[in-house]
Parts: sequence; C-alpha cells; structure tokens
Amino acid sequence: MSDLNTAMIEKYRSSFLKEVEANVEEGEWVKMCMQCGVCSGSCPLGKHWEHPPQEIFMMIRAGKRDDVLSSDSMWMCTSCYNCIARCPRGLPITHIMHGLAVYSKRLGLTPQKQPTAEFSQIFWDNLMKKGRVNELKLGLSMYFKDGFGQGIKNAMANQKLGQNMMKAKRMNAMEFFGGHSVKDLSGFQKMVKKAQEIEEGNIKDFK
Amino acid sequence: MAKIELSFYPGCSSQKGATSSNYLVSAQTMCEELDIQLNEIPDWNCCGASIGYGGGGELPRLTLSARNIALSEEHNSGQEIVATCAACWLSTREAKERLHEDEQMFKDANAALSEAGLKYEGESNVRHMVEVLVEDIGFDGIKSKVKKPLEGLKIAGYVGCQTNRPFGIAGESFENPQYLDKIVESVGADSIPTYEKKVQCCGGALAFSEPEKSQEMIKGIIEAAYDNGADMIVTPCPLCQANVEIYQDNINETYGTKFNMPVVYYSTLMSVAFGRSATDAALNGQVIPAKKLEEIANK
Repeated sequence: MSDLNTAMIEKYRSSFLKEVEANVEEGEWVKMCMQCGVCSGSCPLGKHWEHPPQEIFMMIRAGKRDDVLSSDSMWMCTSCYNCIARCPRGLPITHIMHGLAVYSKRLGLTPQKQPTAEFSQIFWDNLMKKGRVNELKLGLSMYFKDGFGQGIKNAMANQKLGQNMMKAKRMNAMEFFGGHSVKDLSGFQKMVKKAQEIEEGNIKDFK
Repeated sequence: MAKIELSFYPGCSSQKGATSSNYLVSAQTMCEELDIQLNEIPDWNCCGASIGYGGGGELPRLTLSARNIALSEEHNSGQEIVATCAACWLSTREAKERLHEDEQMFKDANAALSEAGLKYEGESNVRHMVEVLVEDIGFDGIKSKVKKPLEGLKIAGYVGCQTNRPFGIAGESFENPQYLDKIVESVGADSIPTYEKKVQCCGGALAFSEPEKSQEMIKGIIEAAYDNGADMIVTPCPLCQANVEIYQDNINETYGTKFNMPVVYYSTLMSVAFGRSATDAALNGQVIPAKKLEEIANK
C-alpha cells in the first residue's frame, strides 16, 4: 500500500474509533460489529440502556465521542456474558462495555451519582484495603454513600435482611473491626500500584 | 475412585461470616465424601469479581488473578486450580487466557507481580468445581455415593450466568445446559429440564446498585420455579444463591407476592444425599429454611 493511500485512510478514519482501539479494553474489536443487534436483544437489562451495545458500536464508528462517553448505558452491564456467548462474530462485548465504562470514568465523563459506577469504585477500594472484600463494610459504604441521614434510612429499610443474614451466620458485625485480610498486604498493595502505573502509562493522548 | 487433589481458591464470599460461608461448608462435606482433597492457595486475594473493573481497569484487575495463579503454582505445584465461586473461576480463567494471548500484558503483569516477589507462568488449568463433578467424578460416580436419595423433591436447576458463560462446561450449551438437572437426578430428586429461567441473569452485583431492576429479574426466576412446581431452587453460584434467596421479602413487599422459595447449592443437596448431617450440609445457613432437606438429613 502506498504511503499516500495510508495517509488518506488515516485521514478518513474516525479518530474516536482510533481512540477506542488504543485506550479501551478490547476496543480493537469494535470495527468488527456487523450491527445484527443480537447483543441488544440478549441483554437482561436491555430496556434500561439509553444506547444498547449495537448502537454504541455504531456511535463509536460515527465519531459520537461525547454521546458515548457521557452515557450511563455501559453501566447497565450485569456481566451476564449473554452478548459474548451469542455474538456471531465473537466480539468480547461485555469486556468492551466494561472498558468503555472505565475509560469514561477515567476521563471524568461518567454521569454524577451513577450507582453502579459508584458501587464499582467502592468495591475496588474495599478490596484494596485488605486484599479481600469486607462484605460488612461494603454494604455499609453503599448505604452511606449519599450521606449519614440517607445511610441511616437505608440501614433501617434493610434491617430485617441484615438480621436474617446475621442469624444464618452469613454476616458478621465483627468484620467492622478489621476482618479477613491477605498476609502479605504490603506486597499486594505494591503490586497493584505498579499495575496501575503501567496502565496509566499506556493511555494515549487524543484531542 | 482415586483421590483427587486440587489447588483450591475459595474466594472472599466463602470466608467465615460471609454470604456464602454455607457454600464452603457444604462443598467441603461433599469433597470429603468424594475423596477430593482441597489444598487452599496460601494467601489468596480477591479476584475483583465482576464489578471491580470500574475501579480496577484492565491490568490491575488481571494482576489480581495472576497473583493467585502464581501463588498456586509456587505452593501447590502441579495441581489444577479449582474455584467454587462463579466469579472467582471466571476471573481467574479469563486472566489466564488474556495473559496467554497478549505478550505485553503477560510482561506487564509479571512486572507488577515482581513487586510482591512473585512470578507468573500460567501453566495451571483453572476449573470450576462442577467441572470436577461432571468430568472427573461423573453422574454415576455421584449416584454411587448416595445413601439417602432425595426422593419426592422437585428441584429447579438455576445455572445462572457466570458458571455458564462465557466459558461454560464442556459439551453443554450456553442456552440450555443440562448438567445441573443431571446432578439433581443423580441424588434421587426430580429435575425440571424445562425450567425456563435456568440461565436468566439475577442482576449480579447490580442487585446492590440497581435493586429495583435486579429484583424484577429475580422475581421472574422464582415465579418460574413455582410455576414448574418446584420445592426449591438449586444453583452453583454464590451470588445467584444470595440474590435469589435473600431479597424475597423485598420482592413480596413490592409485588404483593408470597414467595418463600428455598435456594440451595448443589453441594447442599449432595451433602444431604450422601448421608451427612444438616449441619455438615450447612442447612443452618439458609435464610429461607429448606425444610424438606432438613427432614431427610434428620431421618
């Protein structure tokens, strides 16, 4: 292929598609979508997506950067993997949606108070503290994420559920004071920090 | 049957005082009866589950599982890794595949792991406990251990999502897997092969962040079990179990239903059928008691 041809191809290619290919997990697959819509029809929360996956793929190719990255659609993914199992072209759709969600969050474009975006961060922060999830603190962080007053209301509303779980010994109040942990916590945290630094370093600048 | 030794990744929710601690108890009982030895991976960490991606991104998330695999290869050398939790299994297997396919990711993960003095090779097989049951023990092998057949029980096999997709169990279809029904039959109960919600999503982690949307789906899962005349639901997934069992009060309040459907693990059924006590089967961990199983266990 001539250099001129290559240059023209680059010129006419959507830069947002290039951005997604470079910076979004499994983003290089987006161009393979054939717009059949099986993913959208297979999604258990499909009716709650402002733009279902099929549409997201087309919007990426049409360069609708802001509409895609500021949408809360990707956060509707429950990680059920129906779309991956059914996609005729084998696109890893679940991972692309996760990747888009992460990228939107990294750029600060995720809608404020998007509950799954918040929960996802709370979950990650929770597991980072001890290397293992502390379920009690995870539940409390979710209840209290919108302030103390709302937290008390949420806790009261779910009081029976909590009591049921305590009775079945599947929730433990003592987890509040420490709880389960990996032994090599410092090694664990250093490892994750390094992985984060490498990942940050791989982000390419667009726009 | 020869003894099977496996490198065991129990996962956060199985720990003492956590939501699926009852799963661990019954799985251990089941393994004792089947002569399966579980060697816990020393100092394992959380896999990030299916929701950690939003905070963790790609490499940090995959590195979590790489650490577990590295620890397993160092301490339980030569043993296959087995997980009882769907998300643990999925994340570990996904990390292994991704690091295998992507040379740069493999190097990057190892650069991160070296900070903890670990090295990832990724040679071990990563399996779910039901694969061990189906492929190594077999349905006849399960049947041969049954001392108290669960006669007269009708059980809806709820496979859910992540034990089924994207990897699934070899030889099973994603849309209509049969192995859970075959396990139900092997322990002497009646299965419901046409239970139409067998692979319906329960909302997963979104049961916390989007409770209304998730509970609408959970309602369908329970309703279909009632429609098919089920006495209880059985599942291989800890999050499916919790989501379908513990929100029934909330669903009853929202929808005016009167659900009171026990949800148990395959390991619960097997522990009881193998003649073990209600405590060994962790029936005391039910929020909605499985009374018919208790009766058989106490016989």
